[in-house]
Amino acid sequence: MDVLINLSYLLASAMFIIALKRLQSPRTARSGNALGAAGMLLGIIVTLLHRDVVRYEWILLGVVLGSLIGAVMALRVRMTAMPQMVALLNGFGGAASALVAAAEMERLALHHGIAAAPTVLVGTILSSVVIGAVTFTGSVIAFGKLQELISGRPLVLPFHHGWNALQAAAIGVLSVLIVLQQQTWSESLLLQLFGAVIAISALLGVFLVLPIGGADMPVVISFLNSLSGLAAASTGFVLHNYLLIIAGTLVGASGFILTNIMCVAMNRSLLNVLFGAFGAEVTSGTATDRVVRSTTAEDAAVILGYARSVVIVPGYGMAVAQAQHAVKKLATLLQQRGVDVKFAIHPVAGRMPGHMNVLLAEADVPYDLLYEMERINPEFEHTDVALVVGANDVVNPAARKDPTSPLYGMPILDVDRARTVIVLKRSMNPGFAGVENELFYQPNTYMLFGDARQSLESITEALKGV
Amino acid sequence: MTELLFALFIFTLAAFVGFEVITKVPPTLHTPLMSGSNAISGITIIGSLLITGRVESPLLTVLGVAAVTCAMINVVGGFLVTDRMLRMFRPQQREGQDGRAH
Repeated sequence: MDVLINLSYLLASAMFIIALKRLQSPRTARSGNALGAAGMLLGIIVTLLHRDVVRYEWILLGVVLGSLIGAVMALRVRMTAMPQMVALLNGFGGAASALVAAAEMERLALHHGIAAAPTVLVGTILSSVVIGAVTFTGSVIAFGKLQELISGRPLVLPFHHGWNALQAAAIGVLSVLIVLQQQTWSESLLLQLFGAVIAISALLGVFLVLPIGGADMPVVISFLNSLSGLAAASTGFVLHNYLLIIAGTLVGASGFILTNIMCVAMNRSLLNVLFGAFGAEVTSGTATDRVVRSTTAEDAAVILGYARSVVIVPGYGMAVAQAQHAVKKLATLLQQRGVDVKFAIHPVAGRMPGHMNVLLAEADVPYDLLYEMERINPEFEHTDVALVVGANDVVNPAARKDPTSPLYGMPILDVDRARTVIVLKRSMNPGFAGVENELFYQPNTYMLFGDARQSLESITEALKGV
Repeated sequence: MTELLFALFIFTLAAFVGFEVITKVPPTLHTPLMSGSNAISGITIIGSLLITGRVESPLLTVLGVAAVTCAMINVVGGFLVTDRMLRMFRPQQREGQDGRAH
């Protein structure tokens, strides 16, 4: 039976790898996801046949409860709320790993005593609960911020870095003590210290994510995604289960790659994002007396209607205003007039990697109209109109031109090179980084103030009469 | 100790496979990649099942049921929401392609 179980785990590992491989194209991605689910089902079923599994009623309770909650969440969540959803899922993954590792520690105490356990095992259990607990509370805070239960602004306590360092040091010291004194200290003391490690790790997760602001969320969610995978992998080390190691490591690698892509797209390092508290000081900006040209929906409709090429640049503002369907209607109408319409997607537009792509897919925009930054940037100088929908920092030309700007060096979408720029924006408030946007003062830029969805609907309405 | 070394081999090789496979995922699928890979990290369900299926102590049963619940939320929620997203991705319709009604 053990051989059968392990062969099934091997098969499940292969299924996970093929599942991820099929995510390389939108055409095969859906079947890939189904294959991943099948691999998971296989893993679950053969585990139930394991000789250690002798009763099923509590398992049934957990499975039914978890499946119900998961299904309700997955089927009801709005596409604009996907970042919160993923944050929460990361958290549950971390929690599950921490719980399993904590239970293994309790089992050691229960059976042969912690003193008799191999040091390596105790060490891996410790790393597993630490990663799992940090992932859990960090993700809960990220969820709270994205759901706006907690302020999206960076929350920085006095001596914040000091507290972080203290907690990290405490986790390290306690863990080393537990491993070193495993054979000498009493079991109850060891378990108390173990509990303290869990508690401090949970606190550290909170402290790590609290100071991170909304626009840095793509990095943090990717990072937590990576951690949730590593938590599963380290649980695999605890249980000597290679399926857990392989699956967890694949997820860890995936999250790591996404974290890296997001950091490059913001021209910042992971350490800078985690410890920089970017945008904490809101510089109100030097009171500029420069003029912006504001326009009306009717004028915008004329400009768009007589353009040959339009590039639409969506940002987080589109998600906030739930404007993806209104964007799609406008794009379709423009296409019917013979206008060449494309979408330009910045890697960190929105609150998580690929956020804009999912929203536009929901609104039924074909994915081949969506262009990545590298592909669309050379085209802006031949573009008649760039229509910016709720994006700010990712189109700020200061990133290219002004070495004193905090955004300097960040790769941006070069919308300022288009012949005309129309910016849909709620107000003149500076973006997340608190940086003035030169783009708005350019002679070829027209600002259309108001809720993005209403503005788009008005433009579409006006365009019908052009 | 040899067991740990063997596990480290597996870990390292899996990391290389992960990097190879995932760098080729296009940015347009990055959100489904996150939610889908997240569902895969719910693989800790296996450890949770083993703990809950044994009869050892009430505390372990509680920890086990909590772990099974968390892991199943991760698994079911992750795969379902990924499927919901991936259903929406479609290319531009060209002639000769059996386009669904829109």
